[in-house]
Amino acid sequence: MVPRFMPVLDVWDDTDDTFTVELDPGPAGFSFRPGQFNMLYVFGLGEVPISISGDPATSGRLLHTIRGVGPVTSAMRDLAKGDLVGVRGPFGVPWPVGLASSRDVVFVAGGIGLAPLRPALYHVLNHREEYERVSLLYGVRSPHDLLFEDEVTEWRGRFDMAVRVTVDTADRKWRGSVGVVTKLIPRAPFDPHNAVAFICGPEIMMQFAAEELAKSGVRAGRIHLSMERNMKCGIGLCGHCQFGKDFICKDGPVFTYEALHSRLDVREV
Amino acid sequence: MSTTAVVERENFEELFEALRARGYESVGPTVRDSTIVYDHIETVADLPVGWTDIQEAGTYRLVRRKDEALFGYVIGPHSFKKYLFPPRHTLFTLEKTSEGVKLVDAGDPVPQYAFIGMRPCELAAMSIQDRVFGEGPFFDTEYLRRRQQVFVVAVNCVETGGTCFCTSMGTGPKALEGFDLSVTELLGDAGHRFLIEAGSPLGEEVLADLPHRAAESGEVADAERLLEQAEGAMGRSLDTGGIKELLVGNPEHPRWERVGEQCLTCTNCTMVCPTCFCATVEDTQSLDGATAERVRRWDSCFTTEFSYIHGGSLRPSAAARYRQWMTHKLASWIDQFGTSGCVGCGRCITWCPVGIDITKIAAAIRASEEKKHALA
Repeated sequence: MVPRFMPVLDVWDDTDDTFTVELDPGPAGFSFRPGQFNMLYVFGLGEVPISISGDPATSGRLLHTIRGVGPVTSAMRDLAKGDLVGVRGPFGVPWPVGLASSRDVVFVAGGIGLAPLRPALYHVLNHREEYERVSLLYGVRSPHDLLFEDEVTEWRGRFDMAVRVTVDTADRKWRGSVGVVTKLIPRAPFDPHNAVAFICGPEIMMQFAAEELAKSGVRAGRIHLSMERNMKCGIGLCGHCQFGKDFICKDGPVFTYEALHSRLDVREV
Repeated sequence: MSTTAVVERENFEELFEALRARGYESVGPTVRDSTIVYDHIETVADLPVGWTDIQEAGTYRLVRRKDEALFGYVIGPHSFKKYLFPPRHTLFTLEKTSEGVKLVDAGDPVPQYAFIGMRPCELAAMSIQDRVFGEGPFFDTEYLRRRQQVFVVAVNCVETGGTCFCTSMGTGPKALEGFDLSVTELLGDAGHRFLIEAGSPLGEEVLADLPHRAAESGEVADAERLLEQAEGAMGRSLDTGGIKELLVGNPEHPRWERVGEQCLTCTNCTMVCPTCFCATVEDTQSLDGATAERVRRWDSCFTTEFSYIHGGSLRPSAAARYRQWMTHKLASWIDQFGTSGCVGCGRCITWCPVGIDITKIAAAIRASEEKKHALA
């Protein structure tokens, strides 16, 4: 239960409200699997669950992409090089990237949901030959909220990956799609009978995206989503993150749509 | 372990002595603020001698008994949970140094408790928490540290309370396992005495220290008869048949809305429940910023903060919070830990300020489900 302290290597802004903290895990590195999260602690202030957003193959630098919404995450934005951050983790069930091999992979991200998906994207792109068609469908509120814009642009330029971006509200310069991310699903290049989907974003977006994918013929057991709930311990002992029978922290956060489907329809579970 | 011993009332005091000699701190029932609570006890005189409790939904009264029974009541608002899973507990203290952050060694020895007068439902509750905190893959080491050295003196329930339903939950009124000593109190013409069984080698050792004799077959039969009577005299009952499917299958039942209108979300039920394990943490630092500590305290799924994530609480309505609590307790607990989370102690009924009764809510949902099937 005691965090391990790591110095901050760098902090940078990704968008107006989102930033990335790079930590130095020391010579031993920090191995994790895509989709796992850490409990990050600011001395005396509190602890928050944050998904790891970096490349699992680069264990020497630990990245977390954070939106400043509460006292702890806001304080994290003020971190400077050399400051210490407490880390407990990695926790949680990862994206089943192995299950996706030899299949089409569809990533559906909403807003900051791209951050927990990025380690899986890195993994798939690092092992590109093991997968069939790869696509990223990404929806954000406005062009200003595009996360990892340079990287998304780079991925768009790749010949072995389809990237579609849509915004809820466009500005005059925006030449891409406008509308919700689920609208991108019918035109995405994947074979529903041989596809695995990884979805991360606001719960309502994940629900509609999963429904759309299921409607297109992807099996509910191959549609994966990453749930978010209040977490205090990260290890299934504090009870906060329960969603029906599951503790999101230890039984998830990644679940199949098949497992969650009936619960997502009920309000206030 | 198979033989039953009899200890006379005047020798019962020596139990405390025998436990003290082995380094145990005895904790158990005592009267405070017109309530039977669990606290430190030194002697028999600290027990609620000659008291009994009258319990109903939203009602608790202590009244004098006609006899001088030591265990002539059931359970109060406290459970032994507070000793193994303290309501407030410092998880760690950290100190900033020139080299970084250092863990301050708390060095607090774990008290070695003897639980006196632990009722069978409480023993069952402890074994449920053993699973919650000790089954892994993650462990609550603090709980396990305390739990390992507990000495249990269980007391079987020859009388039951108005909100008791341990028979329904299969946890009482007789303790079958998990104790070091199990006690059945016998009163009446033949004299005030205690039938005692040892449940562990250590229990046998302690029992050997008390002046005792072997029980006569009539005494054992008397105890059995009293316990059988108690079994049929529960103030409440709960039909557990298919309860998991019943509750999980009825998240939109109108009864949740109705109970939500009554429920004050005061958290009493979760505070008195001997199995509720939810906790939160509070991080603080000293004014000079040099040290920080994390305190864990009991939390309740009845607060709005409990399910708070950025943007708001996920269970804003009282109905959803009650549904979460009851569905967890009676249904999802089974998926999570292979056992019900309810032991039938009835505390949540007694201590609910508006008298919400978990057995009635379950029965109401079952009744309408059965009606639905009858109509279909």
